[in-house]
Amino acid sequence: MTAITPRQDAQTAVRTALSTSARPARPGPVSTSLTFWWRALLKIKHVPEQLFDVTAFPIMFLLLFTYLFGGALAGSTTAYLQEVLPGILALTVAMITMYTGVTLNRDISKGVHDRFRSLPVWRPATLVGPLLADVVRYSLAATVMIVLGLALGFRPGAGLTGMVVAVALLLVFAFSLSWVWTMLGIIMRSENALMSLSMLILFPLTFVSNVFVRPETLPSWLESLVAVNPIAILVTAMRGLAHGHPATGEITAVLAISAAFVAVFGPLTMLAYRRKT
Amino acid sequence: MPPHTPGDLDGVALQADPLSAAAAAGPTLAIEASGLVKHFGATRAVDGLDLRVPTGTVYGVLGPNGAGKTTAIRMLATLLRPDAGSARVFGLDIVSEADAVRSRVSLTGQFASVDEDLTGLENLVLLSRLWGYSRATARTRARALLEAFDLAAAAERQVKTYSGGMRRRLDLAASIVVTPELIFLDEPTTGLDPRSRNQVWDIIRALVAEGATVLLTTQYLDEADHLADRIAVIDHGRVIAEGSSSQLKSSVGSGALHVRLFDPAQRPFAEPLLARALNAPVRLEADPAALSATVSDAQRVTQALSELSRAGVALATFALGQPSLDEVFLALTGHPAEADIDDGPASTEEAAA
Ligand SMILES: Nc1ncnc2c1ncn2[C@@H]1O[C@H](COP(=O)(O)OP(=O)(O)OP(=O)(O)O)[C@@H](O)[C@H]1O
Ligand SMILES: [Mg+2]
Repeated sequence: MTAITPRQDAQTAVRTALSTSARPARPGPVSTSLTFWWRALLKIKHVPEQLFDVTAFPIMFLLLFTYLFGGALAGSTTAYLQEVLPGILALTVAMITMYTGVTLNRDISKGVHDRFRSLPVWRPATLVGPLLADVVRYSLAATVMIVLGLALGFRPGAGLTGMVVAVALLLVFAFSLSWVWTMLGIIMRSENALMSLSMLILFPLTFVSNVFVRPETLPSWLESLVAVNPIAILVTAMRGLAHGHPATGEITAVLAISAAFVAVFGPLTMLAYRRKT
Repeated sequence: MPPHTPGDLDGVALQADPLSAAAAAGPTLAIEASGLVKHFGATRAVDGLDLRVPTGTVYGVLGPNGAGKTTAIRMLATLLRPDAGSARVFGLDIVSEADAVRSRVSLTGQFASVDEDLTGLENLVLLSRLWGYSRATARTRARALLEAFDLAAAAERQVKTYSGGMRRRLDLAASIVVTPELIFLDEPTTGLDPRSRNQVWDIIRALVAEGATVLLTTQYLDEADHLADRIAVIDHGRVIAEGSSSQLKSSVGSGALHVRLFDPAQRPFAEPLLARALNAPVRLEADPAALSATVSDAQRVTQALSELSRAGVALATFALGQPSLDEVFLALTGHPAEADIDDGPASTEEAAA
């Protein structure tokens, strides 16, 4: 060996690094989730293109639907906007939740999850963290859409407060719905298959609803479908909140549906995550 | 110099009987596995694996592609649940006490388990936070580790821009954020150049000098030879031989004579001469001037060499060595250890899975 001294230095450095590490107390679930949340935000910072879907989709959807259907369905685009904006907001964010599964699917196929899984931490934090970061993305999408809506003439009857509460309800729902994609993201082997399945679930869910048309105008079998569609219930609740006539029944229903999603898909997701080889 | 250096291999062999010493010291076993089994469909990746790893040693698991090394390590590190059999790490069951096991071991996987999108610093801060360090201490700890692993200059760069050697070092640093009592290293030097490999070896020696137990898998025979106190050779998911490097070698034969001639033209003439003097078959090496033979009786070697010189065959070099682990592998399994070490087929299989 020619370079004995530097190598011995290296060994000493490593040994020092080892011996100085006193064991800290184990962090709790909240702290661990926040650490994983921070990781997800760092990834957004390093790959900001990830924000494309939460900025471009809302703008495209709002412009497209307002001007395409506005005149035909409500006579004037401004009148239509008052009804349709809360709906498109729900539709867009529900659509974006799909990317949670795709991102997670990509993420857990990488080696770093092996390390996370070999740590003595509260396991669900690995998934709760990214989901909380997605709530940030959803908020961004909502903000973009509301600002554009205001510019186009949207005037929520309950003012900003009503709109904020409506968005809060939407975020709760979106967070809960994300667990479905998270579970599918872990189970499904390919990203493409996951995308297709997500579309297959989301398209009927968002379009067979009261987002664009009044359910009364639909054939009765479709109308009864809309009545039990979680997205439709969410949209009714949001419209009520935005325009100052809160529908308590719908709000409660949305919260109950959200709780059910987490209660069912949370444990299923964790089970799938544990089984993943 | 730390106690575990290449030169010590013979010293290890001189210990009265390492196997029964380990058995007597029951509670000081870092790993005790019996009959571990893991199937993937029809593939028996691990098929009845038994291991006893004494605390404070470097234990080498040697085997060709697909032997089941990674699968075995993932079970021991609680990432995979065994289909049958059981294992204890520091006396803790890897299934029912998985969480307690996790707080005492760390794993450096075969494929870098660091976040490519984050910087080296962010990766280590993240892990320090997950181990429970406060925000400020986590940064100090991360900086100290980057410094120790010669990565300070690349601290703010995304890991995807790192070289293979840098990635490995970061991976190792990530494994010792909190000093583990047992560290699993899955092929820690595969794909590294000799300099990076030496760095990794030094890190491993430093770990052992600090009292950690190391279980490393490798396809490099000389790596096991250099680092490991004891070696288990595995093939098709089972241990086919276990012992110190010297024990494994001596189970095969006393050694091999390697001869290199000055004039390659003399080889056809030297071959039968040597074969007769040694009373053993002589192999013609790829090098046109080289010959080798397995020797059962070292006495005959001097005789054979003087016969060569009497016959006018000039020797450039000659060496009497212990058999290489390659030869050991051949003798044990009947097939040579795989030569290609970039594990192309294995990684595509993993990717497809
Ligand atoms: N997740 C999996 N699904 C299906 N088969 C698998 C899986 N993981 C491993 N195998 C198979 O199990 C066998 C053992 O694989 P393993 O990765 O443990 O070998 P290895 O000794 O680590 O090999 P290498 O030296 O190439 O890393 C191989 O035949 C492999 O194809
Ligand atoms: Mg492997």
